[in-house]
Amino acid sequence: MTHALDLRQIRKSFGPVDVIHGIDLAIGEGEFVVFVGPSGCGKSTLLRLIAGLDDPTSGDILLQGRRVNGVPASERGLSMVFQSYALYPHMSVRQNLSFGLENLRMPKAEIAQRIEAAAKMLQIDHLLARRPGQLSGGQRQRVAIGRAIVREPVIFLFDEPLSNLDAELRLQMRVEISDLHAKLGNTMIYVTHDQIEAMTMADRIVVLRGGRIEQIGAPLDLYNHPANKFVAGFIGAPQMNFLRGQLADGVLRTDCGLVRDVPFAGAGKVTLGIRPEAVGVSLHGHGDVGHGDEVIRVENYEQLGAVTYIYGAFANGEKLTVQHAHQIPLRRGQEVGVRFPTEAFHLFGEDDKALERTR
Amino acid sequence: MPPPPRRGAGMSLATYLSRTRGNRETAERIGLQDVLAYGYLVLGVLVILVPVLWTLFSSIKSERAVDSFDTRVLPIAQVETMVDGRSKPVWSWTAEDGTQRLVTKAGPTRKITDVATLEAPDQVFQVPKEALAPHEELRIATENYLDPILKRNGQETFNFLTYLGNSVFVTVAATLITLLINAMAAFALSKYRFRGRLTFTLLIVATLLIPASIILVSLFFVVWSFGIFGSLWGVIIPAAATPTGVFLLRQYMLTIPDELLEAARMDAASEWRIFWRIIIPLSLPALSVLAILSVIWRWNDFLWPLIVLISDPGKHTLQLGLTQFAGEFNSDFHYILAMTVVTLIPITLVFVWLQRFITTGIATTGLK
Repeated sequence: MTHALDLRQIRKSFGPVDVIHGIDLAIGEGEFVVFVGPSGCGKSTLLRLIAGLDDPTSGDILLQGRRVNGVPASERGLSMVFQSYALYPHMSVRQNLSFGLENLRMPKAEIAQRIEAAAKMLQIDHLLARRPGQLSGGQRQRVAIGRAIVREPVIFLFDEPLSNLDAELRLQMRVEISDLHAKLGNTMIYVTHDQIEAMTMADRIVVLRGGRIEQIGAPLDLYNHPANKFVAGFIGAPQMNFLRGQLADGVLRTDCGLVRDVPFAGAGKVTLGIRPEAVGVSLHGHGDVGHGDEVIRVENYEQLGAVTYIYGAFANGEKLTVQHAHQIPLRRGQEVGVRFPTEAFHLFGEDDKALERTR
Repeated sequence: MPPPPRRGAGMSLATYLSRTRGNRETAERIGLQDVLAYGYLVLGVLVILVPVLWTLFSSIKSERAVDSFDTRVLPIAQVETMVDGRSKPVWSWTAEDGTQRLVTKAGPTRKITDVATLEAPDQVFQVPKEALAPHEELRIATENYLDPILKRNGQETFNFLTYLGNSVFVTVAATLITLLINAMAAFALSKYRFRGRLTFTLLIVATLLIPASIILVSLFFVVWSFGIFGSLWGVIIPAAATPTGVFLLRQYMLTIPDELLEAARMDAASEWRIFWRIIIPLSLPALSVLAILSVIWRWNDFLWPLIVLISDPGKHTLQLGLTQFAGEFNSDFHYILAMTVVTLIPITLVFVWLQRFITTGIATTGLK
């Protein structure tokens, strides 16, 4: 089976600066793939290479098995939604949608039909006569997506399309884009720095850092089995806790005083990773906080009703974030007992790679 | 109670022209800044308007009034009459008994001058010079305009329509070519990345430092060797690429976001189509400015058309045509003034028409 997109040893440098260091990636037909990473990780550059807006320094790009290096963006048959939407300000919404189709010399009747269909699907059919300047942020976003849809492209490319919207609208558009993917079934590549967008929308996530792929996998795979400390820290909010320690003969001793038999092979300096929601809070008697395995001092806390976040510190100064699924009475400076279930442990070696579980 | 009218909205011309500085409370007072600002603006208006108005008012004065440097604003002219086939000025003679009669002079003006009445031009009699006053009337000298245009009164060599046609052709063709190639150059210099882009830009701008008169001779040879000397294209083509235009358009196009071009490329648009459908419409304000400048330059251009077209009167532009009225020994200033007013009309209309685009263009470029 040919993939929708194949990247083979893609490298890109801008002058003396290497931005992409040899990326191999295959994306299947109909997949929703999200490129995620901190700013400057090369995710947008990679998208522009796929789009044809930039040329790779070396390596091959294959679209449905056909090598497209050097093929200009206008001939690749992809469409892209830009962060700034990049709507043509001097054209009406209808002209914005039809511009790409006119360039393909499509018959007028078919253009009208496609625009009607896309506008109806995105609920912008009442805006077709307006100019982009007369639309709200969310409406512009829909028009930008509409412009991509009418082309019926091989692959949709999204370059941080939601970052200019407010929180509520972002949530709504996230759902709509997911629905759109379910409805259209096209291959979609979506670039974001927001791991929540990645987790909620992706079939597969590609985590990038410094122009290299750190890990590829389904959202929950990345969450449950991060390949390294970077992915572990990047995916999930609040961030995974990291505690320094030593591993020898299957016994982990952390600097904060925890001693535990762990099912990991290896020896030497390690980092223990544990997610905030996996840490248990010890409660005694009438909902009071008592002692568990270890003790942290509460530095700050947030009561959100459904969950409580506790930001504490061990005696040696290492920080710990705890996510508790209930409401508990807390005050600053108070000591709280915390429990670490071994099955939630992630161990990372000195090279930051995850250690294998032995059982 | 109806709300007070908002400042700036639905303002009448009078309120607009009498606005003062400050907010609603302090605006009632006329401060020093208001006086200085209005003084400066009025001065500017006068400096620009007075010569034009002077030309306009002088152009409707009679030949005699223009030649005698009559400084009155209104076109007051001495009445003339035909005597023995010659046009003579009419004087008003006040006799000693206080009666007034119209006379013409029958000889040179002396202390006691020979005159004759209009009714009996043969009966010459003598009156003191002091008793004669010019017999004047308020008359618009339409012949200043009509003689050259209708080829009357010995103005057969002034081919107004030919000159107008040549001027319009040169101006329109040169402006269109200027806009097109300057826009293409500016597009390349602002939106494509290539080695030496800045160097090229600076080189083009640097040619502004060279006055046109310095390259006149070499330009003449270029035009000569291309075989367009003596034709209107010889006037149009050498001046089509203007560094001012390239620079102006480039600076404007730099403000058009690259993402729009990339979006168009994703929309399968060719570079040529991007130029016509994205760059040109979005550059309309700058193009309008350049169009106004170009029309003014071409329309008023004199030296270069004079060099290229001098030998063929059939190819003269209006500005060259005007020189016909200026001879070695005397100049027909009344015709020059009238035809100058005529040449001002098209350029004024162009300005009125194009300035709309400058303001509407600015209003539509807000991207987000």
